[in-house]
Amino acid sequence: MTWIAKPRLHHPSLSRNAVGYTRRDYEGKVSTLCAGCGHDSISAAIIQACWELDIEPHRVAKLSGIGCSSKTPDYFLGNSHGFNTVHGRMPSVLTGANLANRGLTYLGVSGDGDSASIGMGQFVHAIRRGVDMAYIVENNGVYGLTKGQFSATADQGSVSKRGVANSDAPIDLVGLALQLGATYVARGFSGDKAQLVPLIKGALGHRGVAILDVISPCVAFNNHAGSTKSYDYVREHNDAVNRLDVIEGRAAIAVDYDPGEAIDVVQHDGSVLRLRKLDPDYDPTDRLAAMAYVNLHQARGEVVTGLLHVDPAATDLHGHLGTVATPLNQLGAAELCPGAAALAKINAALR
Amino acid sequence: MHPTDIRDPGYFHKVVDCQWACPAHTPVPEYIRLIAAGRHADAYMVNWRSNVFPGILGRTCDRPCEPACRRGRVEEGNGEKPEPVAICRLKRVAADLKGDVRARMPKKAARGNGRRIACIGAGPASLTVARDLAPLGYQVTVYDAEAKAGGFMRTQVPRFRLPEPVIDEEVGYVLDLGVEFVGGRRIESMKALLAEGHDAVFVGCGAPRGRDLDLPGRREAAAHIHIGIDWLASVYFGHVERVGRRVLVLGGGNTAMDCCRSARRLGGETVTVVVRSGFDEMKASPWEKEDAMHEGIPILDYRVPLAFEHEDGRLTGMRFQRVRAEYGADGRRSLVPTGEPDELIACDEVLVAVGQENAFPWIERDAGIEFDRWGLPVLDKDTLQSSLPHVLFGGDAAFGPKNIIWAVAHGHEAAVSIDRLLSGEEPRERPAPAVSLVSQKMGIHEWSYDNDISPEERHKVPWAPTEQALRRIDLEVELGFDDATAWREAQRCLNCDVQTVFEDGKCIECDACVDICPMDCISFTANGPEDELRTRLTAPALNLAQDLYVSGPLKTARVMVKDEDVCLHCGLCAERCPTGAWDMRKFLLHTTQAGRSCRDARPEAA
Repeated sequence: MTWIAKPRLHHPSLSRNAVGYTRRDYEGKVSTLCAGCGHDSISAAIIQACWELDIEPHRVAKLSGIGCSSKTPDYFLGNSHGFNTVHGRMPSVLTGANLANRGLTYLGVSGDGDSASIGMGQFVHAIRRGVDMAYIVENNGVYGLTKGQFSATADQGSVSKRGVANSDAPIDLVGLALQLGATYVARGFSGDKAQLVPLIKGALGHRGVAILDVISPCVAFNNHAGSTKSYDYVREHNDAVNRLDVIEGRAAIAVDYDPGEAIDVVQHDGSVLRLRKLDPDYDPTDRLAAMAYVNLHQARGEVVTGLLHVDPAATDLHGHLGTVATPLNQLGAAELCPGAAALAKINAALR
Repeated sequence: MHPTDIRDPGYFHKVVDCQWACPAHTPVPEYIRLIAAGRHADAYMVNWRSNVFPGILGRTCDRPCEPACRRGRVEEGNGEKPEPVAICRLKRVAADLKGDVRARMPKKAARGNGRRIACIGAGPASLTVARDLAPLGYQVTVYDAEAKAGGFMRTQVPRFRLPEPVIDEEVGYVLDLGVEFVGGRRIESMKALLAEGHDAVFVGCGAPRGRDLDLPGRREAAAHIHIGIDWLASVYFGHVERVGRRVLVLGGGNTAMDCCRSARRLGGETVTVVVRSGFDEMKASPWEKEDAMHEGIPILDYRVPLAFEHEDGRLTGMRFQRVRAEYGADGRRSLVPTGEPDELIACDEVLVAVGQENAFPWIERDAGIEFDRWGLPVLDKDTLQSSLPHVLFGGDAAFGPKNIIWAVAHGHEAAVSIDRLLSGEEPRERPAPAVSLVSQKMGIHEWSYDNDISPEERHKVPWAPTEQALRRIDLEVELGFDDATAWREAQRCLNCDVQTVFEDGKCIECDACVDICPMDCISFTANGPEDELRTRLTAPALNLAQDLYVSGPLKTARVMVKDEDVCLHCGLCAERCPTGAWDMRKFLLHTTQAGRSCRDARPEAA
């Protein structure tokens, strides 16, 4: 790890966003991860995305489990709410927090071990329930903190640093998310911030479950020849289906593309996801087609990236439950105890 | 852009802004680190090798290094007032705290090489030539009209800025090398000198003539009007001990500042500086202006002197025309009258410090040395040779008035020219500097330099109380940093000589360096022409004086581009680099001085 703190000095031209913060204000402590870890790039992308979205840091809750990935919330958004949960239990803690206070932006940060092994049950049920969150899986295919054993997302045939091939079938988190009805599903690569930052911005602005699987090479244990999660492998096999521009509500939307070249998806908050098509036949609003495309291309050994699916009519858990618009933690005694007359009315209705 | 060629010593030298800006190319960060380590004598010797007069320069240098200092740019947008490292005053700390360094000085040459060199004038240029050549066995004789060596440093710089023992000490180190000093002898004829058969003659006699103002009343009131540099010398020699109650100083250079502050100490109650142009355009260093104003001396600008007013041979005041600056279409400035009535400023004495001129009445025009139409010798600007190859010029005598550090730089170059010339080698072929580039990596995150960045603002040098300082002309005003403050000021240095070196073959493009860089210096992007590339980096690279460091193509066909402008040299890019593509390497450049290393054939040292 790096021993000195990152100096507070910044470039003279560093600018402030609409809520008065510089990009540096969204940073956290200096990372203790290995030098060159893909996770650090994801942290930098989250910082960039939050700055660009003019998010107030104190209106974000960042939650994580256990693992290299789950350490990272310490390295960004140093002025946001944070919760480092038990291994694999981030989704349920996040669900509870979201139910209690729907007014915050929820960012779940997890890894392939935390989500695809010990936390698999939590992962799938949070998606089923439609919790409004941006759930980022920092996926490197190995257990880095315990020296590089294969995780459940490692591809079959992928070779470990010691030369042993993985014989187990992999879990595809994107495939699961599509199947379980996540309304925003994307895959990014930590080595391509130009693609990743807009994907994070779209996920943060999405009301509903946003699952973002980010391939994040483990420089210490999974960045060698024979690995399918190395910088070189992902760059060689990357099949990006589209390029995303997130256009915030207040910006005028200019049409500067030919019909058929891009798709605009309007989100609940008024922002527009503009998808520049890299694959002319790919329609991310068609969930079943997306599943078929991802399966087909993954079978060919390609790493499909981009915004794979988005449902413009997404709903979330609060919608399903019919909760009040006011966050529950802000309701006072008067609203929660409406008195004997109201109780009698309810009881009468149940007789 | 083409990949940067870091084998060119000029590339990394330019990154060390202070050393690049110093005419003598003193390795500034190197000695600041030594000061921080408490190794003041070592720091002094690093200085002494480059600039010969660390104690003198640590008090009086024009500091071309400080406006160039990266710290000043780095602090822009980060605090109240961006300020460079107090390089000059740290140099003084090394001199103040060094202890006895006599044993570290070069030894006198064991035997002479039979060559005789004459140096005219015992100022910094001549003394530098003497210092560089005497230990090599040259028999150097330095002539000066005054009894003591030191030149203008001794006679014109006032004692409250530069105490005489400091001059004695540092001039002494040079003369102790076996240099013959002939004081009290003014050279009256170049022809006669040349006839003495010296192997080389170095002219370092300065620009000794102060410019006068030929205005109405100048002759009538002559008794109360003095040329600044002559008056300062008279003060030094004790010929002048008092000055009138109301004093006007004309001129905006450092000599004017010395004049007004001296006048303030010799009984001048109301001392006023008047300049023709604007305050900001004055030639005086900003800190010298501040020091003068701190002592209660107002500086009035945009006033053109018209006449000396007098009565019965007694000066009563000066008349000035009020002007303002106007800039023509070609950007040239002209001073035009504002139309306000002329201003009369009452005074008892006027000091004229409006510039200096070269004067070579003692060089016969048929001696074989060519002069240009401004009366300056025609010189090869690299070798400093005149049209007589064995007669060289340096310091103010060469290209007109500059300053001490330029004189030292000229002295070094002239010594190299003389050494090569008298060794039968071509002086126009200049030897390359000695350069080393050494990794500072000691462990995974350990460096052999202190890479933590101090957030502190520039520390102020303590001053003697003004009321005491104004009572005596020989009481030094600046007291110098103490050891503890010097350490803290030294921590502000960014170690710009510890270079970020990038090896493209090792890079895996993980972005770790981009993410950690506090100053957004690093980008990975498609290559392009420089002016276009500068606009699309992580942070725009708008300072065109600072280079872009461009790598060869990487695996993704992109290139690494680093804007050197505001790099903190904190080494975090190298700390976060998983493959060692970034490394921090100390770049040390020593200019080549006279002696074996400056020659093509390398004979045994004398």
